[in-house]
Amino acid sequence: MDTTNPVVNIRSLCKSYDGQRVVDNFDLQVQRGECFGLLGPNGAGKTTILRMMLGMTPPESGELNILEQPVSQGSYQVRQKIGVVPQMDNLDPDFSVVENLRTYASYFNLSGEIVRNRIQELLEFARLTNKADEQIDSLSGGMKRRLTLARALVNAPELLILDEPTTGLDPQARQLIWQRLRELKHSGHTLIMTTHYMEEAQRLCDRLAIMDHGKVIVQGTPQELIDAHVEPHVIEVVGNDVERWQAQFNKQDSTRFESLGESLFIYAQDEKPVIEDLCKFSHLDFIHRRANLEDVFLKMTGRDLREE
Amino acid sequence: MKTQQTAWLRWYPVWSRNMRVWRKLIGPALLGNIGEPLLYLLALGYGLGSFLGQKIEGLEYVVFLASGLVCSSAMNTASFEGMYSAYTRMAVQDTWIGMLTAPLTLRDIIYAEVIWCGTKSVISVAAILLVATAMGLVADARAILVLPLGWLVGACFGSMALVMTSIAKTYDFFLYYFTLLVTPMLLLSGVFFPIDGMPELVQTIAKILPLYHAIALMRPLMIGQLPTDVLLHLTVLGLYILVALPIAIRLISRRLLR
Ligand SMILES: Nc1ncnc2c1ncn2[C@@H]1O[C@H](COP(=O)(O)OP(=O)(O)OP(=O)(O)O)[C@@H](O)[C@H]1O
Ligand SMILES: [Mg+2]
Repeated sequence: MDTTNPVVNIRSLCKSYDGQRVVDNFDLQVQRGECFGLLGPNGAGKTTILRMMLGMTPPESGELNILEQPVSQGSYQVRQKIGVVPQMDNLDPDFSVVENLRTYASYFNLSGEIVRNRIQELLEFARLTNKADEQIDSLSGGMKRRLTLARALVNAPELLILDEPTTGLDPQARQLIWQRLRELKHSGHTLIMTTHYMEEAQRLCDRLAIMDHGKVIVQGTPQELIDAHVEPHVIEVVGNDVERWQAQFNKQDSTRFESLGESLFIYAQDEKPVIEDLCKFSHLDFIHRRANLEDVFLKMTGRDLREE
Repeated sequence: MKTQQTAWLRWYPVWSRNMRVWRKLIGPALLGNIGEPLLYLLALGYGLGSFLGQKIEGLEYVVFLASGLVCSSAMNTASFEGMYSAYTRMAVQDTWIGMLTAPLTLRDIIYAEVIWCGTKSVISVAAILLVATAMGLVADARAILVLPLGWLVGACFGSMALVMTSIAKTYDFFLYYFTLLVTPMLLLSGVFFPIDGMPELVQTIAKILPLYHAIALMRPLMIGQLPTDVLLHLTVLGLYILVALPIAIRLISRRLLR
């Protein structure tokens, strides 16, 4: 990995809306060929950061270099080499699938034989070849998302910016997108993505940052974050008797309890004493699993719902 | 396979996109473009005209009307396109946002929209010209000059319409503009009858508004004369563009790129 010239280099980026800081001294370096994940609860500022990277939102202060070019308001050149999957699909409903790709290519001043071939390849890549002449309205959510991904690739971008590429998709559709994103990574693309699916982030991202209120809270590889911030074992207990069990259990200092609705989450260095004790309460249901990114996320951003 | 579009041509793919969408519905579009003026000319021109029993400014009423309708249709077409259709692309379909993730600027997009409004006005002017020629209501070949003028009038009303679009929250908002500006202009600028007989104040207001100047340029060309004060009328239309267009770009930027 080339560490001399990061593809994305952001320093002390700030942005406020109506006097409210939504991006607060945000730093980010992404190297060529990396897949970087930006995680955070609703309203954390992820989309705003991506928009600033594209020159679509003026930053309040800070430095922003993408593909070794400074991004300023109205700098459209940088977008020549970037592919974008926006949070909300904005496919052109007046055109068919293939016309959408052709039209989008024209915005990059691309036309002719090479683009026609490329569009055929992209249709195959997105498994939409037999839908080429369908109107957008007749596509399923998954197909639209795949078309948006194909559209983001018409200009053969070096950097891909994906804002929640799989939100609202069924597991099969999500698997296909994951596979495609992995292929893109292996062919040398740099990817920056946001997602609310921790499993997705854990599978795809080389590194990720968890942010909240416009600030990065923690950053690292998924495994680093898990090792550093949560105990290795998690036992989830369900049942209306959880409290009685909890009161009598003689817990070690290193064991942590978290209540969430009906369930109790037990985070432990050593799972055995907990499980042994739980077995005495035969009517309690529990599962034991390894800690994952979701546990880190919940610990770092809190368990309260984000609805301002 | 990367080539950068020459800066001053970056409006072209956006214009071309609108053109291709229009072509998909070319049948009903042209039917409207040709059918509507035809109905007006038959119903008002011959029907109402026959009751008048006198010439207007030395012209048969139907000829007078045809030379006014080219102007009003340029206004209507561009106003609709710059409001309802542009609003759809801006706020409903997010078409412009999609374009902005490509290497285009908002300025490119808005220029393209204004050029497109002008283009649509040319199409509607051409349709009326065709109908009027077929009905023998056009004096001579100089009438062809209403086509480029139709573009200018379309660009003028398109720019004004985009200012409305930039602040619109719903389609209903455009009714204010139509009721307070477009309809009064249509009725009081001389499309259907000369404005000489109107109160002084109404005449003064009409002369400040762009449709009056569009008529002053286009009607003479339709009836075999030459317009007078050409520079003045062109300047007024141009000024409307020069004022409205930067305001539209500014307000739409503030709306989409904040
Ligand atoms: N154009 C805007 N005007 C005013 N406030 C805005 C605007 N865009 C975003 N915000 C606010 O900025 C904050 C961050 O929004 P942003 O869309 O970046 O969050 P996000 O992390 O992408 O959230 P989500 O996961 O829901 O997509 C939110 O509080 C949002 O309300
Ligand atoms: Mg978002």
